[in-house]
Order: sequence, then structure tokens, then C-alpha cells
Amino acid sequence: MRKRLFFTPFIILLVILEAYPLVWLVSSSLKAPYEFTTQPIYAFSEKLWWGNYAKAWTEGKIGVYFRNSVIVTFPSLFLVLFLGTMAAFGIEIMRWKLKNVVLFFFLAGIMIPVQMILLPLFVFYYRTGLLDTRWALFLTYVTYGLPLTVFFMTSYFQALPPEILEASILDGASLIQVFFRVAVPMAANAIFTLAMVQFFFIWNDLIFSLTFVSKTELRTIQTGLLNFVGRFGQIEWGPTFAAISLAVIPTFLLYLFLSRLIMEGLTAGALKG
Amino acid sequence: MSLLESGDHAMERILRDWKYVFFFVAPALILYSALLLVPIFWSMGYSLFDGFPISGFRFMGFGNYLRAWKDQDFLRSFWFSAKYALVVTPGQIGLGFLLSLLYFLVLKRASRLSVLIRTLVFFPVVLPTVAVAQMFVKLFEITPQYGLVNAILDVLGLDGWIRPFLGRGDTAFWVAASMNIWTAMGFYAVLLYSGLLDIPQELIESARLDGASGWNLVRLIITPLLRPLFITSTIFSLNGTLKVFDQILALTGGGPGKSTTPLTLYMYRTAFHYNQYGYGSTIAVILTIECLLVTGILSFFRQKTE
Repeated sequence: MRKRLFFTPFIILLVILEAYPLVWLVSSSLKAPYEFTTQPIYAFSEKLWWGNYAKAWTEGKIGVYFRNSVIVTFPSLFLVLFLGTMAAFGIEIMRWKLKNVVLFFFLAGIMIPVQMILLPLFVFYYRTGLLDTRWALFLTYVTYGLPLTVFFMTSYFQALPPEILEASILDGASLIQVFFRVAVPMAANAIFTLAMVQFFFIWNDLIFSLTFVSKTELRTIQTGLLNFVGRFGQIEWGPTFAAISLAVIPTFLLYLFLSRLIMEGLTAGALKG
Repeated sequence: MSLLESGDHAMERILRDWKYVFFFVAPALILYSALLLVPIFWSMGYSLFDGFPISGFRFMGFGNYLRAWKDQDFLRSFWFSAKYALVVTPGQIGLGFLLSLLYFLVLKRASRLSVLIRTLVFFPVVLPTVAVAQMFVKLFEITPQYGLVNAILDVLGLDGWIRPFLGRGDTAFWVAASMNIWTAMGFYAVLLYSGLLDIPQELIESARLDGASGWNLVRLIITPLLRPLFITSTIFSLNGTLKVFDQILALTGGGPGKSTTPLTLYMYRTAFHYNQYGYGSTIAVILTIECLLVTGILSFFRQKTE
């Protein structure tokens, strides 16, 4: 009991350090413009000023950026999981000579900094006319997500007792049927965990979106927010706080329901990486 | 018996079927080769040239690498990245470890408070980096109004401490470092906590019976057992801190001046603002070698401890 008492101040301090900035962020997003100059920054507003959100959403185009992020994130997520799981199945379950070499190739990608592929991709997208389209982001997200997906899924298939899949092969199912009807349903939990991890990588990407897309109407939430604060940040604090809060809200909602899974998934990703 | 053998035989035949190997692996492999492997070699090729697509290229040999050696901006960025990694990585893992001990030794494991604190401290990990960075900009703002930090200093009467935190290179460095630590420590806390949970309970109990408690328990029992996990965490963390880009770009934009420009951002500016594809790629190659070296050396140590 004495131990608990000794640590209580530390725990309180920790909670304040983690939570207060976020609370402050949201409370500031509800202040009227004049309240920023007449009151200290930590004071709560007298009335809730929702106008900041309206301004950030429409004039600041946060709504557009959101839509773009959704449009590009989910198809990329689907394809990276699909292609990666297929490849992992082909590498781990099937028997062929070069499989370890191919696996090594995939894994090598985990350590490569984005900067190493940025210029060639930029030139490639420029030449093929894909620059400033969603295709550039889509293709890049799928590719850059493959190493972790392949790695994660090969270790999943490796841990699987081989009899399970072999039994259905002996029953006369083709490999494609085995993959879709047995392997994927069985791996559903692992795939879902991986989906969480990849979601955050894609949703929170800044550098690819910054490099390959310059049209405002195609910007994603991260580049959009950067653009927003570049234009409004210094002067219009209310809408700026509202824009930041808006960027945080979807993550917060997702986290509210899936925090345990997200924590497990992300740390598992580190252990494997 | 013969049925089993023919079964094995059929299995071999099916699992060695090239058509299916191709069907499963080729789509991912083709995309990956075209958009990740080829670009790596392409960048290595660029690093031997000067120029960019419109102006044409001139072969330089290793001229770009010699140039980096003498380039003040490059050296400054290199040292900024190194300093940043050397402050932030120990910060992330050190505080993460203290937090994991808090979860493991102080809070009741399954209690609601424990879950709540773990969840709360982890949350910044998943937040969009630009949002976090912009929040920190506002926290440390000085004009046109005081941000939260300066306002609190004002109230406490610590006027001497009020300053444009992001307007000066030295303080901007510390804001950037603390922001990263604030964001990531919850991650390492959960990672190390999962390692602590794997320690056999009897080991800790018997150490306690032998009179080890608190500090000694941590020093003599827990830390040695966690060593492989510490190395894994360090590899992961350094790969993040040496490659830091988003957070710095959104917090300081590399400034004031060029004082907080990491190697990644210097590469980006060189390539896309100054159109120096060759030199930009050279910086990327050096960054890649640095990351691979650090990872390789630490992996070697991890293998030795296991």
C-alpha cells in the first residue's frame, strides 16, 4: 500500500502529461476568435464555438482531404494484404528452390529508407503520367507495405501445422481453393491484426503524399493538414485547432474500440521487423 | 501404407507445381521488384551522376560522395540526425522501460487503472504525425499569443524562461526530441511490458524470497533477462530516429535556418527543391548504408546474447 502511495504522484503526472495536451487541443478548438487574445491560452471558452470546425471542414478543405485519405487508404490496404498473403502462402507452403531467396528479397525492403526509392519513383510516375494522380499513392502504398505483410504472414503460415492444409489438398481441393477456403479464413485474425498496423502506416503517410501529389483536391489528411496550417496556422488559431482535432478524431474512434488489438499488432510488428 | 505414400507423392507434385507458385508469388514479386528493388539500384546509379532529367546527366564517379564529405550542410544534417538519434532512442527506451516497470511492478496487472494508463500512454503512437507536430507548435508558440508552455511559465512568474522555443536552434532541438519521446515511449513500454510478462513468475518470487527487492530485482534479475528485447527495441528505435522526417518537417520545417534539418530532409530538399538528383541520391545512399550498418551491428550483438 505504501508503494502505491509513493507512486501515486508519478502516475498523476504521467496522466497529465499524456492527456492534458490533447484535452487542451480540443478545448482550444471550441474557442471564439476573440477569446484567444482576451484570455490566457489555457482558459476554457465560455461557449462552444463550433464555427471553427465548419471553417476547417469547408474553407480549410479538411473534408476533401479526409475523403482522399479514405479513397486511397482502403483499396491500398486491401491489395497489400491480398497480394502479401498470397505471396506468403506461395513462399511458405509451396516447395520450390528459390523460395528462401525470394523471401530474403522481400525482407530486405523493411530496412530501406523511403528516401532511397523516392527519386526513381518520382521520375517513373512522371514519365508514365501517374504523377499527381491517386494511382501513384496507391501503387506506392501497396509496394512499400509488402515486406512487412509477407514477413508477418510467412511466420504465421510457418507456425501452422502442415497437416491442416495438406488434409484439404488430399481431399482433392485445388491450391486456389485451399488458399481461399482454408488458409485465409484460418488466418483471419492475423490478417486483421496486420490490417490495423498497415492502416496506420498508410493513413499517417506524409512523405509519399507530399512528393507524388501536389493538387489540393488530391491531398490526403497529413499533407492537407500541413497545407492548412501553412495558410491559416499563424493567424487563425481556432480553425487550426479544429483542423488538428479533426485529423485526430478518426484515429481516436478506431483506437477507442480496438486499442488492445492495435497495441498488440504494432508491437508484434516491431518484434518481427 | 501405399495409400499414404501415394498421398505424399501427390502432395509433392501439387506443392511443387510451378504454375501455382507463379500464381501466388508473381503479382507481389513483380510489383515489389519494379517499384522497390529496381528503384534502389536506380538511386545507386543516380548517385554517380550530376544533374536531373531535363538538364541531362554528367558522369561523376564518386564525385558526389567526395562533395558530401566537404559539404557543410551535409555534415550539419548528418550530425543533427546522429545527435537526435542519440538523445531520442535512449529517451524512448529508457522512459519506456520505466513505464513498463510501473505497469509490471506497481499497478495491478488486470486492474482497470492499469489497462487505462497503458492505453492512454500508447495513444500518441497512432496519431497522425502532422497533427501531433502542429499541436506541439501551438504548445510552444510565442506569437501572436503565448502557447500553453509560455503561458504557464508566465503564470508561475518564470518570465526568464519564456522564449521562442521553436525560433532557436538549440531549444527547437529539444522540443523535437521531447515530442518524439512523448509520442513513442508508450510503444516501447508495451513492448518491454510484454517481455516482462514472459519472465517466469517463479524466478521473480524466488529472487524476492532471497531478499532482492525494488532496485536490486530490476538490476540483477529483470535487466539481464530483457537484454535481447532491449537490443531489438534499439534496432527498431534507431531505424525510426535516424529516418525521422514527418515530425521534423511538420514541427520546424528544418529551421530556424537549417539548424534542425535531419539527413532525410536535406536529401528531400536537395532532390526536389534544388533538382540535384545525383547529389540527392548520394545522400539517400549514405543514409541507407548508415541504417544497414547500425542494424547489422546490433543484430550481431543480439545473436551473441541469445
